[in-house]
Amino acid sequence: MTIKIKSFGELKELQEKIKAGRDPRKPGITLCVGTGCLAHGAMKVADAFREEIDKRGLSVKIDFRKTGCHGFCERGPMVIISPENIFYQHVKVEDVGDILEKTILKGEVIDGLLYANPQSGEKYVHEDEVPFYKLQTRTVFGMNSKVDPKNMEDYLAVDGYSALAKALAMNPEDIVREVVTANLRGRGGGGFPAGRKWEETSKAKGSPKYVICNADEGDPGAYMDRSLLEGNPHLVLEGMIIGAFAIGSSEGYIYVRNEYPLAVENINVAIKQAREAGLLGENILGSGFSFDLKVNRGGGAFVCGESSALFASLEGRAGEPRAKYVHATEKGLYDKPTNLNNVETWANVPFIIQNGGDWYAGIGTDHSKGTKIFSLVGKINNTGLVEVPMGTSMREIVFDIGGGILNNRKFKAIQTGGPSGGCIPEAYLDMPVDYDELTKVGSMMGSGGMIVMDEGTCMVDLARYFTNFLASESCGKCVPCREGLQRMREILVDITEGRGQEADIELLESLGASIKDGALCALGSSAPNPVLSTIRYFRDEYEAHIKEKRCPAGVCKALITYSVDPAKCTGCTLCAKVCPVGAATGEKKKVHAIDPDKCTRCGACKESCQFDAIIVR
Amino acid sequence: MVNLTIDNRKIQAEEGQTILDVARKNGITIPTLCHNDALEPSGSCRMCSVEIGEGARAKVVTSCLYPVAEGLVVNSGSERVKNVRRTVMQLLLARSPESEQLARMAEDLGIHPEPRFKPSEDGSKCILCRLCVRTCETVVGVSAIGFSFRGPEKNVCTPFHESSNICIGCGACASVCPTGHIEMHVSPSGDVRTIWGRDFKMAACSKCGLYFAPEDQLTYISGRTGVPMEELMVCSSCR
Ligand SMILES: Cc1cc2nc3c(=O)[nH]c(=O)nc-3n(C[C@H](O)[C@H](O)[C@H](O)COP(=O)(O)O)c2cc1C
Ligand code: SF4
Ligand code: SF4
Ligand code: SF4
Ligand code: FES
Repeated sequence: MTIKIKSFGELKELQEKIKAGRDPRKPGITLCVGTGCLAHGAMKVADAFREEIDKRGLSVKIDFRKTGCHGFCERGPMVIISPENIFYQHVKVEDVGDILEKTILKGEVIDGLLYANPQSGEKYVHEDEVPFYKLQTRTVFGMNSKVDPKNMEDYLAVDGYSALAKALAMNPEDIVREVVTANLRGRGGGGFPAGRKWEETSKAKGSPKYVICNADEGDPGAYMDRSLLEGNPHLVLEGMIIGAFAIGSSEGYIYVRNEYPLAVENINVAIKQAREAGLLGENILGSGFSFDLKVNRGGGAFVCGESSALFASLEGRAGEPRAKYVHATEKGLYDKPTNLNNVETWANVPFIIQNGGDWYAGIGTDHSKGTKIFSLVGKINNTGLVEVPMGTSMREIVFDIGGGILNNRKFKAIQTGGPSGGCIPEAYLDMPVDYDELTKVGSMMGSGGMIVMDEGTCMVDLARYFTNFLASESCGKCVPCREGLQRMREILVDITEGRGQEADIELLESLGASIKDGALCALGSSAPNPVLSTIRYFRDEYEAHIKEKRCPAGVCKALITYSVDPAKCTGCTLCAKVCPVGAATGEKKKVHAIDPDKCTRCGACKESCQFDAIIVR
Repeated sequence: MVNLTIDNRKIQAEEGQTILDVARKNGITIPTLCHNDALEPSGSCRMCSVEIGEGARAKVVTSCLYPVAEGLVVNSGSERVKNVRRTVMQLLLARSPESEQLARMAEDLGIHPEPRFKPSEDGSKCILCRLCVRTCETVVGVSAIGFSFRGPEKNVCTPFHESSNICIGCGACASVCPTGHIEMHVSPSGDVRTIWGRDFKMAACSKCGLYFAPEDQLTYISGRTGVPMEELMVCSSCR
């Protein structure tokens, strides 16, 4: 189907031909069919569009495009109307006819489909006015809304693979130098400078050399890698081919989580297209350079994303980290020089080559360059994938882009970096977000997860939750992580259930320090972060649990009681109706009461009460 | 040769050696639980931790794996190191309270159980040092045992916990186990050895008549070395 591109000149010609065949003024409908929007029923909407467009004989008059994730998944299914760039959210099958009839044919905007600011109620017509998008810098992620991931022509139409052509005409050392100048740091967790890694691998002795893309993405809640791979697979491929050429590698792997079927499908389609087009395989673009890669599906354990465990898994062994002090750049997969980078790291490469390392180094802070995609979730108005320059303040991310805390409640803390990240309190909201600043305050960049918590969150309970996750994801190879996390979990459960003991905080601190120092891999050495950071910033909450047997946030069931505020209760009887165990009782129009012995602290009464009369203490 | 410092002592060592090798050669004791000179280091117990580097760049590494290098500064007994060792031992004491061997090791190191850690009640003495699995795989060459599950549930076992038909009953795993977890029984007359839930028929020495090794083990050795069975049927004392 695709023709083989045999030279840089032919690539340019093909890109121009595709562009010339596309009229920028032609009406277009772009529908997001990323995993998030699919879950909201985007496929039915897509079918409805196809059907309606055909029925009305509009198929030659308008472009209809299905794309990968745009990042604002909670508003899905999402539609963008071009060329005006009108943004419709929560589009349903019933809306399809209206959109064609009114917006496409008559140029009218449908008010009911517009995004409204949850706080001010203000509505926005165009995508780039919506605060969630307006304040982002969508360099790496932005193309997602412009390309159909299964159609390579879309990628070529936005000058895709130009960076590869440029790179193939360069000296491999010069490519590495650009990446060093850019100071691109790994987006998968460690933040290691990619340029240095490339340099080490290219200089390492041994062959073959491998380049690997880490798409294991085990952090619950993070999905930027999935969205890039699903939505713009050619970008990741282009980055990898450039890297392989710079390093001198002819073989590569993409290690992708098995639970990401659409990512697996789209990257496989892209690889096939790239091979047919001569962008992968023998003699790429007539340059004499050959490179090919395989997709490998990972079993899903969190620890398999760790580099040495990933290699073990690729080699068909148990996914356990290996202890060694030799870099993977020397001895990685099959003990050969190996360059492992994260999906997002690879996706940055074409931009660096296209615009130069100096351009890239101009974005961000002193030691963290470029943009970073964060997955912003929790008790916040706008959740989704957010791309901002390194150094953007936490406040901007949470309040301007994220639209502030749900239901106008108070911000309490933000957890960054995935399950083993730390919790950062309000006092640091103005800190610039980059690798080093996050580490300084006891958290980490990790893969870029951000969970926002409001005043209703108990920090001890939260630490228990993450420690529990990490203890069960420990591979069990080394003692501090396997046994230590289990003991931490036990102590935290005790504290949240009212069995905390006087010296528990100090014990958690010293245990945490030993695990950090003693663990074999970064899962263990970062795992105490949630506990240590919450002790650092919310020590009083731990003390209240231990000494006063009280949960200040009213979360830990063993430590709270439900009662009725006589001053507020109107005797509406609602609580008595919803209470599943008959603990809330009372006569109509008289103050109600809750029997603490019967109450299971399920919270149904508090949720139902219209008068805020239920007290939790 | 490289020059390094361990506990303020200047030491010369050959390149490629580990800190543990060099320390031991120079009479500096570093405790270990998962180390055995006959096996590749595994780095799983973390008992051999030492601190390297100075100031802000100081970090804790495992001496059984870390290669010596020119100018390396090692502190084998810093506070951080002691903290890791104490924690590791206390965690293991709570995991395997029934292992007398482990209790003795802790006593020798002056480490007491942490009362806040509830002693495990499952009766397992295994500390997952992996010595048995590595011995069976690389020394015996059989790989009859491995691990199942991960995290706190991880344990050493034969595949699917069924009696293994590749195990040769050699008992190397039991003798290398530092905690006495692997049980090996011999019948009163000595004609049957039981290990990993399987009975092995013992061979009697063709000279003195004493039962001395499982028949499966002799068959295995014969197959590997080409030495005829008749020659192997002699116990070591009669050879
Ligand atoms: C427990 C654990 C899980 C990890 N999971 C991932 C992952 O899912 N994706 C990833 O890119 N890196 C992950 N990493 C980091 C990798 O070990 C490695 O540093 C990274 O893939 C290197 O690429 P980068 O330098 O481009 O970030 C994980 C690390 C640990 C310790
Ligand atoms: S730190 Fe945890 S995950 Fe890493 S090797 Fe040790 S037990 Fe396994
Ligand atoms: S007795 Fe069986 S499991 Fe143990 S080392 Fe010998 S062959 Fe391996
Ligand atoms: S059974 Fe013994 S040798 Fe094997 S891992 Fe457990 S403690 Fe170590
Ligand atoms: S002896 Fe080094 S980790 Fe066990």
